[in-house]
Amino acid sequence: MEHVFFANIGIMHYLVISSLLFTLGICGIFLNRKNIITILMSIELILLSVNINFVAFSVMLGDMTGQIFAMFVLTVAAAEAAIGLAILVIYFRNRGSIAVEDVNMMKG
Amino acid sequence: MAEMLATFVFYLFALVTIGSAVMVISSKNPVHSVFFLILAFFNSAGLFVMIGAEYIAMTLVIVYVGAVAVLFLFVVMMLNINFEELRQGFQKYLWMGIMVAAIVLFELLFVFSISLGSPKAVSNARHVIPDAEVMTNTEALGSLMYTYYLYPFQMAGVILLIAMIGAIVLTLRSRPGVRKQNIGDQVARTREQSMRIVKVKSGEGA
Repeated sequence: MEHVFFANIGIMHYLVISSLLFTLGICGIFLNRKNIITILMSIELILLSVNINFVAFSVMLGDMTGQIFAMFVLTVAAAEAAIGLAILVIYFRNRGSIAVEDVNMMKG
Repeated sequence: MAEMLATFVFYLFALVTIGSAVMVISSKNPVHSVFFLILAFFNSAGLFVMIGAEYIAMTLVIVYVGAVAVLFLFVVMMLNINFEELRQGFQKYLWMGIMVAAIVLFELLFVFSISLGSPKAVSNARHVIPDAEVMTNTEALGSLMYTYYLYPFQMAGVILLIAMIGAIVLTLRSRPGVRKQNIGDQVARTREQSMRIVKVKSGEGA
C-alpha cells in the first residue's frame, strides 16, 4: 500500500477503479437480463477491469508479465466479442428478436 | 504543481471511466451504451498511460475503439430491435443486482486491502520493467513477447483465426435466387459444353 505510482496516487486507487468497473459489469448483467447486447458490453467492462488490475499490479511489482497477460486478455476479449455478435446476428435472423429468455430453442 | 495536475488528471480519467460505465449499463438506447463504452475505454487508456503502460493503452484504443466498438455499433444499428420490450425487468432486478454488486465490491476491496501488505509480493519480479530511458514500454513488451512468450503469442493468433472463421461460418448464408458470378464455373466451362457447330445446308436455313 505504500507503493506510489505518481503524485500521491498508489495502487489502491487503481484497484478501487477496477473493483468498481467489475461491480458495474456484474450489475449490468443482472439489470439487462433480456438485452444480450448490453450483457456483452458488460462482459467487456469486466474484462477491462481485469486488465486494469493486471497492469496496476504489474507496475507495482515491477514485473512485465502482467502487461503481457493483459495483451492476451485483450485478444480473447476481441475474439469473444466477434463470436458473440455473430451468434446474436444469426439468432436475430431466425427469431426476429434478441430476447434471451427463449435462447434454449438453440439446443440441438 | 505538477503533482497536483497529475492527481487532478487521474481523478478526471477515473470519474469519467466509472460514470460512463454506469451509463453503459443504465442507458435506454444501446447505441448510447456503445458510445459510453467507447468513452470508458478511452479514459481507461488514459489511466494506463499514467502508470507507464503505453502499449496496452494504445492497443486498447485500437482494438476496442477501432474494432470491437464499431462491431457493436454495426450490430446494434443493423438489427431492427424493439428496445422497449428488452427493458422489461430492469426495475424488477434492480435491487437484487445492486445487492449482489455491493457484496462483490465489498469482497474485492476487502481482499485487496488485506493482501497488499504481503511482504513477499514485491521484489520477486521475473521480467523486471526496464527504465524508461533505457527501453520504451513497447520495446520491452515486444522483446519479452517474442523471446519468452512466443508460443502463447502464436496461440493468441490461432484464437483470433478461429474466431474469424467461426464468425464467418456462423453468419454466412446462401440465398437462393441471387444471380452472382461464379468464377469456378466459368473457368471449368469447356468448349464441348458451350459451343455447338451447326452445319446449315444452303437454301434450308431459317
